[in-house]
Amino acid sequence: MRKFKSWLWLLPLLAFAVLLSSCGTKSVADEDILSRAKATNSITWGVKNDTRLFGLMDISDGQIKGFDIDIAKEVSHRIIGQNVQINFVPVTSQTRIPLLKNGNVDAIIATMTNTPDRRKVVDFSDTYFNAGQALLVKKGSPIKSVKDLKKGTKVIGVQGSNSVQNIKKVAPDAQVLQLSDYAQAFTALQSGQGDALTTDNGILYGMSADNPNYVVVGGTFTKEPYAIAVNKGQKAFLDDVNLALTSMRQDGTYKQIEDKWFGNIAGFSDGGLK
Amino acid sequence: MWTIFTNNLPMFMEGLGYTLGASLLALLFSLIIGTVFALLQINPNRIARIIGRIYVEFFRNVPLLVITMFFYVVIPRLGIPLSGFAAGSIGLTLYTSAFIAETVRAGIQSVDPGQMEAARSNGMTYVQAMRYIVLPQAIKITVPPLGNQFINLVKNSSVLAFVAGFDLMYQGNLIASSTFETMSTYAIIGVLYLIITLPLSYGMTYLDRRWSGANKREEA
Repeated sequence: MRKFKSWLWLLPLLAFAVLLSSCGTKSVADEDILSRAKATNSITWGVKNDTRLFGLMDISDGQIKGFDIDIAKEVSHRIIGQNVQINFVPVTSQTRIPLLKNGNVDAIIATMTNTPDRRKVVDFSDTYFNAGQALLVKKGSPIKSVKDLKKGTKVIGVQGSNSVQNIKKVAPDAQVLQLSDYAQAFTALQSGQGDALTTDNGILYGMSADNPNYVVVGGTFTKEPYAIAVNKGQKAFLDDVNLALTSMRQDGTYKQIEDKWFGNIAGFSDGGLK
Repeated sequence: MWTIFTNNLPMFMEGLGYTLGASLLALLFSLIIGTVFALLQINPNRIARIIGRIYVEFFRNVPLLVITMFFYVVIPRLGIPLSGFAAGSIGLTLYTSAFIAETVRAGIQSVDPGQMEAARSNGMTYVQAMRYIVLPQAIKITVPPLGNQFINLVKNSSVLAFVAGFDLMYQGNLIASSTFETMSTYAIIGVLYLIITLPLSYGMTYLDRRWSGANKREEA
């Protein structure tokens, strides 16, 4: 009896294991998103709400605004109709794929780079924005380009973002600190927790525009095509998204949106925009 | 799930190491600081009591994350460089010490005041009476609630993930976001935390049973 009791504390561990093994078999509901969106006349996008120029919460009216948002609205209007109900769900680099997989959002337009790894899990639309990775440093920093990221320098990145994998390849000696979102990463840079912040240039320009003491240096060292992500097996939906993107480029709506957000930023052509 | 574990074993082990390190550091220092502030709170000196009260009320009513972010973001701007690990461990120590101070204070005050009076009337100083008569009795009473604090401390150490402190939760976030195996990764993380906390929990129960048993024998 005594011996039996002394093993009782293992029970929670066992219960946890049982709980887990039952989770593995659960599959994502293969609902056709396009027909559901048309039937309910509503669509839900996963967007960033902490990224200047692409998706940022405007505190004065509680709306998320940015380049991604305007593209999402335009695409929704073109696929479903002018009076469609468009919902925006804030996501982070870390949560966006799980949220898409669980069906919380219908599509992601959140500064998301199309990569081979991600293509295994989700499907990507055509590129809607050509970005590239760059470095943001304090004005006057000895770091002028990725070549200056030596042993002992600390680079700040964002968890779950592709840029962290890239910087490890380009500057293998530098230590990488990964924080949970861009706002926090920039705060950490300002507090001297790292020597440089790396991510896509579009986002870095946004930070630099907010805070001129920090500058983008060294140009871009990767190509990061931003694309809209949808769940696997949503071919009809994906085709319509691509059609909408193409027609937007053709009739000049895309250029209008681009100018609205990036027209005033000096040196923006560095980003390799088409 | 097993392949996620074996493929990322170095990261999981590094995380386990940092979590254990931060927990042990915070445990040691919060126990010392907590006991000091518990003694301040029951001190006959009024100023000491006020200082103890302010410290405890401040740190137990501010979220741990806020304290940690303060040490990660604000203190370095004042010219004192603190890494994520350091900021997290300091936050964890201060936060937990407030709860430990309350636990220890309650333990000491549950010892019959007659014990202190008897010790003092036998010629002991306040410090001697505290050290030899009151504290040994208080410790036994304090063990079960202290155990709870230690378990909370280990779990709260996941705050390090927020300031890039390389702990289990941080490594888990990185693995989950690079493999997309969210479910399996956090399941493994959960099991690793249990491996730390369950023995702690069991050990505390054991100590409690042993010491309360000893008390009964003395009474008999």
